[in-house]
Amino acid sequence: MLASLEGAVTAAVLALTAIGLSLVFGVMRVVNVAHGEFFMLGAVLAWWVASHVGGPPAVGFVAALVIAPLAVGALAALADMTVLKRVAYDPERTIVATIGILYILQQVTLMTYGPEARPVEAPFNTRLALPWVEWGEGGIQLYWPWGLSTTSYKLFVIGAAAAVLVGVWLLMARTRIGLLMRATQLDREMALAFGIPVERVYAMVFGIGGALAALGAVLIVPIQQAHYLMGGDPLLLSFIVVIIGGLGSLPGTVAAAVLIGLSDGIISVFFSPTLAKILATLLVALVLVFRPQGLFGTGAK
Amino acid sequence: MSDGSKTLALHGGLLVLLFALQFVLPAYHHGNLARIMVLASFAVGYNVMFGYTGLLSLGHALFFAAGMYGMGLAVQHGGAAPVPGLLAGIAAAVAVSAALGLLALRTSGVAFMIVTLMFAQAGYLTVLYFGAYTRGDEGFVLQQAQRVLWGIDLTQPDTRYFAALTLFAVCVLTTLALVRAPFGRVLIAIRENEERARMLGYDVFRYKLAAVVISGTISGLAGAVYGLLFGYVGATFASVQYSIFPLLWVLLGGAGTVLGPFIGTLFMFYLIDLSSAVTSAYMLVAGVALVLLTLFAPQGLVGEIRDRIWRWLP
Repeated sequence: MLASLEGAVTAAVLALTAIGLSLVFGVMRVVNVAHGEFFMLGAVLAWWVASHVGGPPAVGFVAALVIAPLAVGALAALADMTVLKRVAYDPERTIVATIGILYILQQVTLMTYGPEARPVEAPFNTRLALPWVEWGEGGIQLYWPWGLSTTSYKLFVIGAAAAVLVGVWLLMARTRIGLLMRATQLDREMALAFGIPVERVYAMVFGIGGALAALGAVLIVPIQQAHYLMGGDPLLLSFIVVIIGGLGSLPGTVAAAVLIGLSDGIISVFFSPTLAKILATLLVALVLVFRPQGLFGTGAK
Repeated sequence: MSDGSKTLALHGGLLVLLFALQFVLPAYHHGNLARIMVLASFAVGYNVMFGYTGLLSLGHALFFAAGMYGMGLAVQHGGAAPVPGLLAGIAAAVAVSAALGLLALRTSGVAFMIVTLMFAQAGYLTVLYFGAYTRGDEGFVLQQAQRVLWGIDLTQPDTRYFAALTLFAVCVLTTLALVRAPFGRVLIAIRENEERARMLGYDVFRYKLAAVVISGTISGLAGAVYGLLFGYVGATFASVQYSIFPLLWVLLGGAGTVLGPFIGTLFMFYLIDLSSAVTSAYMLVAGVALVLLTLFAPQGLVGEIRDRIWRWLP
């Protein structure tokens, strides 16, 4: 039970990060290997903003929640316009270029921010005891067992992530910008012929993808500390989620994030984390080999 | 001179030059060059798959580490002599690359890159998981007594240089023979247009599988020799970084050229060597190089030379 609550926090943040990767792959057909570094930058910027804004921790946190995703999104859009656009989104060359961007972001962070891990204070962090239902004498009873508790902040993370996901869905399904993105995704040439500014759409999608990763990182950073190497695990997990969910399918991505997030929390209680990771990576590789459309995806490529 | 004899003169000349250099280089660069030749052999292996067959692998650290650990574990825990150790390393690399090829070649394009990346990551984690034998990140050191091959002590700088040169020569001459043979021509045909190669009646899957196994075996051999010559076996060599390095070396030198991997390794090694003296963030150089190469020189150094001056370069 407690493991699954921890898992729900992981799942929430993972869903945000993975949806960014999935959006970029879906619309642009670009595998962004630097995605984990956008996540890391979000966390590092959150620390930077929170430590430069005075007042109570809540003010700094809210400032970080706004500034970090915007800054990372702008950086991602810039990377798209200066690098990815110029290699014409050729799949192999974009992968190599994003690997380069990965190292540039990571190492510049190492040079400026340094190798230490730094925490950001949560805006509120009251401890909540969870009730547990049991069949006792005289009917159902509620009681509060020792150790079964969570913090209000963790519940907030889950709620915020769900709200943002709904926002992304509304953006894609109900707005003009979403319409343009979906048109570009369906047929790039045709969209171009209809006068859609495909290059601007691409830059925007890449920016939104980076911003979503950064947002996930800002949410997680009061629980986990900001560190320049923290982008590796989210990248790997996002890949896993996007692949299991079906490349480019947004609902599949969210479903897979919940599945992986929950099972990651539960598996690591029973197995050593390393073994859990080995099994997860092998599973993903085999899914790609034998079921390239993903576990939830339908239809041909 | 015909193109064939020009090719032989150029590559033979490089090997003779490398042989001669060991008598004049100062100790520091002498050691570096030995290391570069072993790493360049790894890049030569990578190039068979990426440069000639057009299969972009992001998991070559898996093969390098398979060779290195196959050798290292046999010597350390099996008490094997260097020669059986090397054979164990090669056998491990052949087995791993054949298994990976059979699975990963069912995919193509982006999926292939991610599958190779994932398998390499699983391999790296496996090394960490069996920390009781592999000592994980810390790695283990092979003692001097374990590194004597037919009475030749591989811990001495001179013999080490010579062993590295032998390995490099074998790898370069093998690929040279390979790409000039009909087999290599078919690989290039697959790289240029897979459908057309299939229409011409070639069993594309078998050729690609052969390319993966040859590439993996050369890379694994380089890994085994690296462990033997420098006496250290560690999990770093299985990490993503060592999958990215050969890609970087081959891209820099020129994919699909026999000399490219060596030139790329030589440049990148010294670039990283110089920058790591200045900052601990030396991988920044690798990142910048990758971006600039994809933007401005996708052919690499030797590739550009081939395009502009020596059109006969293999």
